[in-house]
Amino acid sequence: MMEKMIIGRYVPADSILHRMDPRSKLIIVFLFVCVIFLANNIWTYGILVLYTFLMASFSKIQARFLIGGLKPVLWLVLFTFFLHLFLTKEGAIILDLGWFKVYEEGLRQGIFISLRFFLLILITSLLTLTTTPIEITDGLERLLGPLKKVKFPVHELALMMSIALRFIPTLMQETDKIIKAQTARGVEYTSGPIKDRLKAVVPLLIPLFISSFKRAEELAVAMEARGYKGGEGRTKYRQLSWAVADTLMIVGLLFVTILLLVFRG
Amino acid sequence: MNSPLVVLNDVSFQYESQETPALNHISMEVYEGEWLAIVGHNGSGKSTLARLLNGLQFPKEGTINVAGITLSEDSIWEIRKQIGMVFQNPDNQFVGTTVQDDVAFGLENNGVSVEIMSDRVVDALKKVNMDSFLDQEPHHLSGGQKQRVAIAGVLALRPSIIILDEATSMLDPRGRGEVIETIMNLQKEEKITVISITHDLEEASKANRIIVMNQGEIYREGTPEEIFEMDEELVKLGLDIPFSVKISKKLREKGISLDRHYLTEEELVAELWTSHSKM
Ligand SMILES: Nc1ncnc2c1ncn2[C@@H]1O[C@H](COP(=O)(O)OP(=O)(O)O)[C@@H](O)[C@H]1O
Ligand SMILES: [Mg+2]
Repeated sequence: MMEKMIIGRYVPADSILHRMDPRSKLIIVFLFVCVIFLANNIWTYGILVLYTFLMASFSKIQARFLIGGLKPVLWLVLFTFFLHLFLTKEGAIILDLGWFKVYEEGLRQGIFISLRFFLLILITSLLTLTTTPIEITDGLERLLGPLKKVKFPVHELALMMSIALRFIPTLMQETDKIIKAQTARGVEYTSGPIKDRLKAVVPLLIPLFISSFKRAEELAVAMEARGYKGGEGRTKYRQLSWAVADTLMIVGLLFVTILLLVFRG
Repeated sequence: MNSPLVVLNDVSFQYESQETPALNHISMEVYEGEWLAIVGHNGSGKSTLARLLNGLQFPKEGTINVAGITLSEDSIWEIRKQIGMVFQNPDNQFVGTTVQDDVAFGLENNGVSVEIMSDRVVDALKKVNMDSFLDQEPHHLSGGQKQRVAIAGVLALRPSIIILDEATSMLDPRGRGEVIETIMNLQKEEKITVISITHDLEEASKANRIIVMNQGEIYREGTPEEIFEMDEELVKLGLDIPFSVKISKKLREKGISLDRHYLTEEELVAELWTSHSKM
């Protein structure tokens, strides 16, 4: 369960979004994060909402998965809403409770900013729901490829990410095992005063750290024995393929951008 | 026997932090197509020897020759193509996020082209009987399965020698059986030279030849039968004699004549249940 939380919640399905190249999906998310700031009135926000829901329907992912993933961040969206509602003091007063006044501008800002937040989260979850973590890594590696020229360690970063992804479940299993072993020795993780529970984490973390270092060392030797000598001259087993659909999707977002520019106030 | 594929000539090695040498004037040969088992107590220098063969460490003295190439800083990558290594911990050598990614890792490192790669990956996995697990993630595999994937990762590179450094010691009996069976097949079908390092004499008994190491030196070398003749001497060297060998020895002491030491339980059982008819 913890494993699901950390490495994203990829939901396998056969949809346009699933079949897209991770590179185009990453580009779209990046562009979307930029163009969302163009929206400033009801029309432009309307366009963005339509676009996002269209994408969500392309993903063929059931609404309950989408909503489920959004739940933990929903309170943040609400918090943003109330923050603006309380703190913006511009425009006409639309609600007056004496000690507390709601201004028109406050309501507008509250709705728009929290909506912006909500759309951003939805779009990024669509990325992680339809793309496996390793595909995202591959996509990033290829997109950032040109940075190698300025000595940015693109390959190394991607390798680090993929090894981290590979070892998260293993370390989770190990944590579980250590918790059980320590519980058997009388350590309390789930009851007792907070102070004691925090203290109980130490005998959990130390063995985990020690074993991780040992793993890292052994893995390094194993990689070297298998001929790993850095990114130079290496080929990639996983190939990315850019299809017409990928170009069309990006063109689609560019079209949305033009609409935003036209309709913004 | 065939011609020697690996030749060690008076090789010594000492870790910097250590007082005594881990390997002391070792000279040995490994022949093409054989299964050589190297046994010895903990710290007798078996892993060090394996690391030297693969150029993960360099000898202080002496020379190492693999498939006609003399080992040096310049030739290690050539030599690593010839020698594949499988290590003890099944988890800590699994690099890829899925089975097929892991098998491809060595191929990627060697710049093998994509078209060839996918064939080689499937081919190698077939040889270890793991071809139905292409997209499986490592944490869903058993230890024995992970070790077979590690072997496939080595096989994909088409090496002439495969070294297994205690590759079965962390496995349950079933996983161990799977791995040993895989090794036997490789030696027979693929004609790969196998060097298996172990302190399990039961496993060593299946090899063609055994080298016994003690405190960084070669103590004895011989066929499994010859080595098991050493009996109590092996126990003194910190090794545990297999059950079947112990039984056949005890039986002989009781005056029951058996032809020889029985190395595997099956052999012994076969001898015992047919022995009455021979009397
Ligand atoms: N990385 C290391 N650094 C220092 N000493 C080591 C290292 N690895 C092994 N040794 C020492 O070298 C000797 C041989 O070890 P090793 O080759 O691992 O034996 P084996 O594999 O037979 O158990 C031991 O005394 C051990 O303590
Ligand atoms: Mg060892």
